[in-house]
Amino acid sequence: MLEVQDLVCEYGAIRALDGVSLQAAAGSVTAVLGANGAGKTTLLRAISGLKRPRAGRVALDGREITAAGVEEIVRLGLLHVPEGRGVIAELTVAENLRLGALARGARRGDGIEAIYELFPPLRARRSEPAASLSGGERQMLSIGRALMAAPKALLLDEPSLGLAPLIVAQIMGLVRELCEERRIAVLLVEQNARSALSIADHALVLDLGHVVASETPEQLAREHELLHAYLGY
Amino acid sequence: MTQFIDLTLSGISNGAIYAAVALALVLIWRATRIVNFAQGAMLMITTYIAAALVEAGNPYWLALVVAVAAGLVFGALTELVLIRRVESAPPINAVIVTLGLLVFLEALAGMIWSDTPRAFPAAFSIQGYEVGHTRILFSPNSTFIVCVVALVALALGALFRYTSLGLKLRAAAFAPEVARLLGVRVGRMFTIGWALAAGVGALAGALVAPSTFVGPSNFDPILIFAFTAAVLGGLESPLGAIVGGVLIGLVLSYVSGYEGEALAPLAALAMLLLTLMLRPTGIFAASRERRV
Repeated sequence: MLEVQDLVCEYGAIRALDGVSLQAAAGSVTAVLGANGAGKTTLLRAISGLKRPRAGRVALDGREITAAGVEEIVRLGLLHVPEGRGVIAELTVAENLRLGALARGARRGDGIEAIYELFPPLRARRSEPAASLSGGERQMLSIGRALMAAPKALLLDEPSLGLAPLIVAQIMGLVRELCEERRIAVLLVEQNARSALSIADHALVLDLGHVVASETPEQLAREHELLHAYLGY
Repeated sequence: MTQFIDLTLSGISNGAIYAAVALALVLIWRATRIVNFAQGAMLMITTYIAAALVEAGNPYWLALVVAVAAGLVFGALTELVLIRRVESAPPINAVIVTLGLLVFLEALAGMIWSDTPRAFPAAFSIQGYEVGHTRILFSPNSTFIVCVVALVALALGALFRYTSLGLKLRAAAFAPEVARLLGVRVGRMFTIGWALAAGVGALAGALVAPSTFVGPSNFDPILIFAFTAAVLGGLESPLGAIVGGVLIGLVLSYVSGYEGEALAPLAALAMLLLTLMLRPTGIFAASRERRV
């Protein structure tokens, strides 16, 4: 269970998050929607420790992690897959994956077979540099790498960015499956509201750092004005 | 022909030194995107420490080990105390800091040990091997230098390629933020990178000292040649640094052997200019296109 309470983040005089609260239960997908500059990425950065919040608190399974360092938060089982997939292009596919296992202090390569089972294309390219992967394969690699760390909570920043619709559907399906099977609390940040809502249990709409809606995807889908105003439907 | 072989061999042995210092520069560049202009001064200090130990009657090998250990500590401290503060600042800040450190260390060495260069022993005989009836420049000590540098390069290569620490070091160097998000203590990796680099530098300093002597500014040319070697190799690639170092060693050896020693520094600068003009990414740059 990932809990965020009244999180406030500032960049200089600009308030990027102004009292955001949310709860993401294990085994559920929480979608965070909103336009550019709504504060979605800042929210993830504040949760994973990359950005110090000005106020508020973040807790993972009841344990406060607001003041913890990024590395410690990772060790506690919260994995942040940054926008642009964050694969390390100079390292091979297998090296990227092994790096994920090091996060939980495991021996290198522990659990790598399970990831290859999950994402067969990665097995074929395992000794190639990640730079040679396609966009979809990179997304598989960055999610697979986070899974190597056996996460309790997974923050995904725009996994659909720049991918073909078919690949997006595939990735979203996998995220849903993994979330349920491994009891991971998934926080999914997306501009692509339709595909995010298709797998979400709960949805949040952010606007200029405020939560303007927090409801189920079904409820949200009925509120045409809200969708139109904030998500451009 | 004999002269050519002679010059080639001594070029390789000098090149091994340039390669080791170039390797130190590359390690730091890869880890923190900083060219460490103080590298020559840092290895000067550790070589002075070794010289002081030998003068106090300690065995050569102890002095060598202490020099390398001092280099490791010195590198780590430099990163922690000085570089940590400028890592996220504009690159010019780091340039000024390393240049400042260079000036400071050379002045400090002059104050402590005076400007008069002192001798440093070699591990093995520096009398060249006798081939036929002529004595060549390449000596048992040259063999030692080439072997030690080759071993260190191989050991570092294995460290980076096959160990968890190496994987974390590379991840921190290539993508610091992503590495942090995977639990890598990036700051610690930078410290280790600087320590390794200064350790390799210290080793090179002790190896070259028998021929350069130990003085506050005696290692400046080494840094220039090593920098040229590192740029030639692409500044990014440890293998490039090694090949670049040997290449510079060869060119300088031919130039000083056939044309005169005074031309050697000029030849190095000409090579630096040519590299930057014709192939600024170096001969070993893996200019793979990056897709996002």
